[in-house]
Amino acid sequence: MQLWQNIPFLLILLPLYSASLFMVLRGRSARAAAVCVLGASCALSAVFLGCMTAFSGSFTYMMGHFPSPWGNEIRAGGLEAALAFVFSAVMLCAVGGGWRAFRRDIRQDLQNLYLVMCLLAQSALMAEIFTNDVFTGYVFLEILTVSACALISAKNNGRALTAATRYMVLNLIGSGLFLLSLSLLYGLTGHLLMPPIREAVEALDRSGAYHQPLTVVIALVTISLGIKSAMFPFHTWVPDAYSFSTPASGAILSSLISKGYILLLLKFYFRVFSLDVLLKTGIADVLFVFGAAGAVIGSAVAIRQLEISRMIAWSSVAQIGYIYMAMGLGTREGMLAAVFQMIAHTVAKALLFVSSGALCDASEGHHSFPGLRGAFYRCPAGGIGFTVGALSLLGVPLTGGMIVKIAYAGAAVNRGGMRMLILLAVLVISTAFSSVYLGRTLITLYRRSEEASPAAAAPGACRPGAALTAACLALSVLTLALGMASRPVLELLREGLSAFG
Amino acid sequence: MGNLLANYEEAAAIILFGIGFTTLLLHRNLIKKVIGFSMMDSAIYLFLAAKGYIAGRRAPIAAAGALSAADYINPIPAGLVLTGIVVSVSVTALMLALTVRLYRRYHTLDIDEITRQARREED
Amino acid sequence: MGGKANDRRGAGLREWLRAGSRLPDERMAELLGTLEKPARDPEAEEALRRETGELARLEEIRQHERALSDRAETWGRTKGLTLLRVLYACLAGIVCALVIALLLVTVARLPSFGDGTNPIHNEVSQRYIEKGREETGAVNMVAGMILDYRAFDTLGESHVLFAAVCAVMILLRLPESGGERERLLAESNDRVYEPKHDIPLQRAVGFLCPVILLFGIYILLNGHLGPGGGFSGGAVIGAGLILYLNAFGFAAAERFATLRTFRTVTFAALGFYALSKAYSFFTGANGLESGIGPGTPGAILSAGLIPWLNVAVGLTVAAVMYAFYTLFRKGEF
Repeated sequence: MQLWQNIPFLLILLPLYSASLFMVLRGRSARAAAVCVLGASCALSAVFLGCMTAFSGSFTYMMGHFPSPWGNEIRAGGLEAALAFVFSAVMLCAVGGGWRAFRRDIRQDLQNLYLVMCLLAQSALMAEIFTNDVFTGYVFLEILTVSACALISAKNNGRALTAATRYMVLNLIGSGLFLLSLSLLYGLTGHLLMPPIREAVEALDRSGAYHQPLTVVIALVTISLGIKSAMFPFHTWVPDAYSFSTPASGAILSSLISKGYILLLLKFYFRVFSLDVLLKTGIADVLFVFGAAGAVIGSAVAIRQLEISRMIAWSSVAQIGYIYMAMGLGTREGMLAAVFQMIAHTVAKALLFVSSGALCDASEGHHSFPGLRGAFYRCPAGGIGFTVGALSLLGVPLTGGMIVKIAYAGAAVNRGGMRMLILLAVLVISTAFSSVYLGRTLITLYRRSEEASPAAAAPGACRPGAALTAACLALSVLTLALGMASRPVLELLREGLSAFG
Repeated sequence: MGNLLANYEEAAAIILFGIGFTTLLLHRNLIKKVIGFSMMDSAIYLFLAAKGYIAGRRAPIAAAGALSAADYINPIPAGLVLTGIVVSVSVTALMLALTVRLYRRYHTLDIDEITRQARREED
Repeated sequence: MGGKANDRRGAGLREWLRAGSRLPDERMAELLGTLEKPARDPEAEEALRRETGELARLEEIRQHERALSDRAETWGRTKGLTLLRVLYACLAGIVCALVIALLLVTVARLPSFGDGTNPIHNEVSQRYIEKGREETGAVNMVAGMILDYRAFDTLGESHVLFAAVCAVMILLRLPESGGERERLLAESNDRVYEPKHDIPLQRAVGFLCPVILLFGIYILLNGHLGPGGGFSGGAVIGAGLILYLNAFGFAAAERFATLRTFRTVTFAALGFYALSKAYSFFTGANGLESGIGPGTPGAILSAGLIPWLNVAVGLTVAAVMYAFYTLFRKGEF
């Protein structure tokens, strides 16, 4: 065991420990220290990604003194390393970029607690990435749920509280169903670690015993994680939760926490049930249909929104629909496309939330499109960030979104048949819809307002902070890097996915 | 019917789960929703605890002397239930805190009514 | 002759319609003049009537639309909502019935209850039972399992509790000063309702509270030897503290239970927990000797870290339970 192989463990434990530490510290120092911890996580995960690409393979890490079927363990490979880096970087940028807005939206004495919740969410995300045990997955999933609820309700006005309540109600159903499915799965296989469960599931599949309970388990896992990650028919909590919370929360929720759940689902499909068993049950088809419907309907509803944050929230529904649609193809290539879309969307959506928050701030807090006219000139950093994010969602060349579209098209063509046609049609329709709403927003942002608004007259009043500019630039660079250096990234992900199971 | 009658404990747990699930979905009153959720979780713990039971064996507290797996029930479900209970306590507290907050603000527990008032408040 | 005049009149009318009352007065008068003069012209009269007729019809349609939308809105607010609710209830009922039926069918096909040959009674539980005492030093196999074999889950679980208490504080804590505080205090503080000097209660609690606390501490310290452990012991201690608070009031409880105490206790306990487990994970994964042995099973100071972890967990749980209660009742400590 080399020293760098301890990094996944540190990535989980460091934010977890500092979360309880920052409860004791007070004031500015705690806030600065929290951001330092997030920065350190980001740096550590970057080092880990570097080591992992050189190492190329995967390893397990015993959490304690007992080996696999008895003790807990975590596991890391290329895919996990890449996701850990992207998630840590986006978390840092979301907190940094939303800093000013959250200082304004959240009561002074609760700001430390808000950062504690961010740290807990970061730790839980890392645990979801690296876990090799389904029950650990459940426990940290609850940390994610609780911290997400706190992040939504931190703004403490009526709409945010109702949004948090609706979010909690649906997520409670999700948690209950997930725990039930774990109990059933445990009862059928007798294990909690993923590799032994996988063996037991394959043995069950071969012998044909407990076929119906196994199908129910797969369906329940899919539905429960689908509810939590805003899969299409269960997305009703999304628009309120994302748009009535502070921009940093919106970014963390839509780009990180929902992806944490999807990642866990992916782990279940690959490492617990195996793709063959999944395909036999026919649940992949349901996933495909839900994903396709979400991609079209999310985009269509986004067109009708009058406020920028709600529009972005609905576009999240569409983008998550894309992810599920690719997973529903049921092929490795489809899964690879889904993972790449997951990464590209994580970066782009965080960028959109952070930059739109900045643009609204620069326009005297207007969220509606008329109020945002000419906002680009009031806050160029936010404007550039929004443009890059929007272009990435549209799939314009040089951005991550372009590679996503290519990967999707490739996966669809290789799958062939009816699904290819449906996927391509959905891709075209959804892109057309998104070009309508994103294009309209961009035109609004770039159109100079005729009568100079007071904000434009006094540009110094709402100048974005250095943190926001840095966050927007970092996320933009990440988006462009995903588009321009896509080959090594895809290679890394493909390797990681094949090591996955 | 298969094993339904033999698995009467699991079947009871599932029925309880269903009652909780229905309560959570159907009632608009937030406190009732919390009750439904608690029932749902308790039912799952019952289900899990039933998994570990083996007829005629002892609780997993080691006696003196040599230990044989044929004497004790399975300790793993008990540990999982313990973990699960703490999680559901936390989530219940959080949900109740939200309810208290909303009730103080809007003086009602009806989630639709609360949403309507919140919307009106913003206009 | 009429055609040209008509055109002019038409243009004037259109201008008037476009600009409405914003037209300058003299222009208005001129237009009206031009309109009045040729009123005798039957052709022009016809055109005028047509235009006013169209205008009136337009207005009628608008009013009709407005009435329709009003009706739709009231319908949506009253009958529509009821209909929607009924629909939702029916749908939810069907979904629930389906879920229950499906799960019952599943249960009927599960391994049978209480059978020792079920898949879950495998080598994992066998090792926990047969080797647990020797490897972890805990007589209580469940304690050995959750605090040693699968300690990572339990670490996460105590942080769920921590996350929940932070979230409840975000929701319910009162601001330290300012007008907002006064307003929230007025609506949330229920100190006024509490009984001031309830002698029977106080006497009973004076007797019961030490017993409950002692019992909690017993459960806590005995977690590795018998039934019990950090979570149950902590919950009992928390209940004892809440009982004390109810009998003697906030003023008495505030002598020891403050936000500062809560923070210190939670941090000390959780920090110790996280650090000691991090040490154990690190040594375990890197194949190092941890230097913590299982001791003599059955002794109070045995089972390595387990009793200490139980104390840490118990303190956290007690502090969190008390914090939940006091935050719910008055939004601060």
